[in-house]
Amino acid sequence: MSPLHRLGAGTKLIGLAACSLALLAVRSPAAAGAAVAGVLALYAVAGLGPRALWSQVRPLRWFVPCVVAVQWATLGPLAAAVLTTRLVALVALAGLVTLTTPTSHLLAALEGALGPLGRVGVDAERAALVLALAVRSVPVLADLAGTVRDARRARGREHDVRAFAVPLVVGSLRRADALGEALRARGLDD
Amino acid sequence: MTEVVLDAVHVRHDDREVLRGVTLRLTERRVAVIGANGSGKSTLARLLNGLVVPTSGRVLVDGLDTRRRGREVRRRVGFVFTDPDAQIIMPTVAEDVAYSLRRSGLSKAELGTRVAAELHRHGLADHADHPAHLLSGGQKQLLALTSVLVTAPRLVVADEPTTLLDLRNTRAVADRLAGLDQHVVLVTHDLDLVAGYDRVLVVDGGRVVVDDVPAAAVPAYRRMMA
Ligand SMILES: Nc1ncnc2c1ncn2[C@@H]1O[C@H](COP(=O)(O)OP(=O)(O)OP(=O)(O)O)[C@@H](O)[C@H]1O
Ligand SMILES: [Mg+2]
Repeated sequence: MSPLHRLGAGTKLIGLAACSLALLAVRSPAAAGAAVAGVLALYAVAGLGPRALWSQVRPLRWFVPCVVAVQWATLGPLAAAVLTTRLVALVALAGLVTLTTPTSHLLAALEGALGPLGRVGVDAERAALVLALAVRSVPVLADLAGTVRDARRARGREHDVRAFAVPLVVGSLRRADALGEALRARGLDD
Repeated sequence: MTEVVLDAVHVRHDDREVLRGVTLRLTERRVAVIGANGSGKSTLARLLNGLVVPTSGRVLVDGLDTRRRGREVRRRVGFVFTDPDAQIIMPTVAEDVAYSLRRSGLSKAELGTRVAAELHRHGLADHADHPAHLLSGGQKQLLALTSVLVTAPRLVVADEPTTLLDLRNTRAVADRLAGLDQHVVLVTHDLDLVAGYDRVLVVDGGRVVVDDVPAAAVPAYRRMMA
């Protein structure tokens, strides 16, 4: 267990918020380079290698080229590089928090932070549950997307957007239904 | 002992009659439900924990009406779905089991000990902190079952819990169900699984058409489908 693993979930969340604010202030290539160095150092402290880092930023691999293209065209190459670095660094940092903190601790921290909002009608426990469901749903829906893509391929409709979107939306709604039922079966309404 | 009573139950969806007059009293420890696709098995299973309420008639679990006492009924009746992905709520294995115990009044430390013990008992100890989505299908179903069993329900209803599983995991889940102290109602298309059951219901077109011991009900069902 690294020092980062041992740090409290609340502390890490506050740290993440602080780092995001600091990243917003990054404007020069030198500062962007420092940010990258900082992220790499933190991963090293956590005892996590390049593979763990890649697994966190991998979902951006299609998104980033698009963003770079747009920014390059509108703001020029330098700004594009700095802005994109900021984005990737932020995602990597958020990923670091999830990698080093059990979800239940994050949820407990969030529940604690939301607690005072109870007076204005926010149900902290429900909010934390919603977050857990979101975290849980990502791999389940990614799985569904993979299945739908394979089915589309098997039927030779590789480039048909509708053949991808319709089953994906229908499948997601069906899963949402099933999840609602499961929550009821497991006593959410207690 | 747990007693489930269905009294002249009809279930209608829009204007389709899915169950048409089912009257039953279930007190056996092992009850299996078999029947063709669309015959109404899942609807019958969902009636038992109040996920579906009858359009007319009533369902009582230990005297509690599922229509008015749904919460208490669901505390007594655990439900295992076909697709474990649908019923695993928390991102990691241990957290999902802990979710079931959130109202148990255990301290954080006691909760951890309890969850660890349960995972050990169900052969999932090595996976406690793994994300649930990295488990195999069979392990996911065992996790779903574990999360249901920790709440100590009196009756476990399982709707085709082995349909998505290979032979080995089917055996593992079926054995786990067979070994329970609780009453079990198992919906299945796998006729091999019902051999040791006390009572088999064959559902057809929204009615229970055969209600007998496996040695009589299974051949009757095979003849119906021939
Ligand atoms: N919520 C609903 N709305 C409309 N129709 C429904 C609904 N639930 C079930 N049905 C219909 O009721 C009939 C019985 O469904 P049910 O799921 O109980 O069958 P089943 O015996 O479990 O079938 P299978 O073996 O395929 O799981 C089906 O024709 C189904 O389309
Ligand atoms: Mg069914």
